Amino acid sequence: MKNFRMSPVPEFSKIEDIPLGASCKAFHITEKNASWRIKRPVINQDKCVDCYRCYLLCPDGAIHREAARNFLIDYDFCKGCGICAFECKARAISMVKETLV
Amino acid sequence: MSRFEFLNGNEALAWGVKLAKPGVIAAYPITPQTIAVEKIAEFVQDGLLDSIYLHVESEHSAMACSIGASATGVRTFTATSSQGLLYMAECLPYASGARLPIVMMNANRAMATPWNIYGDQMDVMYVLNSGWIQLFAENAQEALDMVIQSFKLAEDSEVMAPVMINLDGFVLTHTYEKVNIPEQELVDSFLPPMQLQSHMMNAQHPTSVCISAGNAHNMEFKLKQHLDLLNAIAVFSRISKEFGNFFGRYHGGAVEGYYYSDADVLLVTVGSIAGTVKEVVDAMRKEGHSVGLLKLRMVRPFPVKQLAEACKNAIAVGVLDKNISFGYEGTIYTNVNSALLQSGVFVKTQNFIGGLGGRDIPKKEIRSMFKVLLDNLEEKKVRFHNLRCT
Repeated sequence: MKNFRMSPVPEFSKIEDIPLGASCKAFHITEKNASWRIKRPVINQDKCVDCYRCYLLCPDGAIHREAARNFLIDYDFCKGCGICAFECKARAISMVKETLV
Repeated sequence: MSRFEFLNGNEALAWGVKLAKPGVIAAYPITPQTIAVEKIAEFVQDGLLDSIYLHVESEHSAMACSIGASATGVRTFTATSSQGLLYMAECLPYASGARLPIVMMNANRAMATPWNIYGDQMDVMYVLNSGWIQLFAENAQEALDMVIQSFKLAEDSEVMAPVMINLDGFVLTHTYEKVNIPEQELVDSFLPPMQLQSHMMNAQHPTSVCISAGNAHNMEFKLKQHLDLLNAIAVFSRISKEFGNFFGRYHGGAVEGYYYSDADVLLVTVGSIAGTVKEVVDAMRKEGHSVGLLKLRMVRPFPVKQLAEACKNAIAVGVLDKNISFGYEGTIYTNVNSALLQSGVFVKTQNFIGGLGGRDIPKKEIRSMFKVLLDNLEEKKVRFHNLRCT
């Protein structure tokens, strides 16, 4: 259950260093992509029941789990679609306007 | 022992596929490619070819399935033609950018509209920039042999790129000739099973395939792809010679010449029409005319050096295109002119357009092309042949 965190973009000094076939080690994401988010999901850890629903349904895989009842959202990739908040049966996730955060 | 059979181009190609033993075949039938995929399906059905045959709902899906299969390190084959090729066109650079050694047969056919199912080479010209290696077969035997050569070329570590084998619709796909089918054991030793590469999917070493690369890196990815594709010229030449040693048949490297070294005038062309040109060259040589043929077996990467070297002593070079880039000229002509110019071979050139929509290119038309090259190069650089009206 790895966090899809930003890894530093590697520097390639020679053309041979460029990965073959646009493939690279898994879990390496080279570019942030979340600039158009209007509302961000915020998890109330006290209400969370560890059901994994948000984790499984996030279309961008931007949610990961650090420990029991401790799901975290990677805001570098979360687009603010709100699916996690809509699907959370425990109502542990609320969508908060970006300007108010 | 190898044996002989009476096969058309499609069937010969299917035999090549059977001998190359791909693990996955994903194809959608389209005239004039249909016999090829039906024959392969028959091989699989009869248990003669141990392969997963995917019946897809479109050419776009055929290429998408091929990409998925090839990304797991499985030898993969598909086939299409014309409208189908353009329908799958979106997927072609995915395959080449991901460096997946898929081999595809394309039965060259006219593009609509007006609707037409017969053979010309308009279709492949649309996808010359897709990063695929483009090969052209002249006859059924070459088609069979080219499948085996193509997998070896595509899977070569210096190349690692998909290959498109072009067969002229009907003229080649549907005409019969005596074809030698090599021994399976010999093919197996020439073309060992495909190896899983480090850039492909591997449960032990998880990989992200088809990553995004923004303006900070994208250009270098493209440069790497370009440089590796250029390697295919020398590798193909080596593989063709190796094939000759193994099977006793040598069809030439990227460029095959016919009475070219001492010829005053040369006709450059691709595909099955080269066979007719050879007959005209024979006849005109007997009459004392200094004529010759250059057949491009490979159009991407473009064999600049080989072509320029073969043209350096010629007085005039003609290019017979079975396509027209509307508003300009035949595409092979554009490529040949650029190759000659950048190599410092300053020779007069003329473009002949023929065979569009399956129009016949008879010997007398090829003879008249040679006549133009020998006697009276025209002001008009692009000349249409065998028209019913002018």
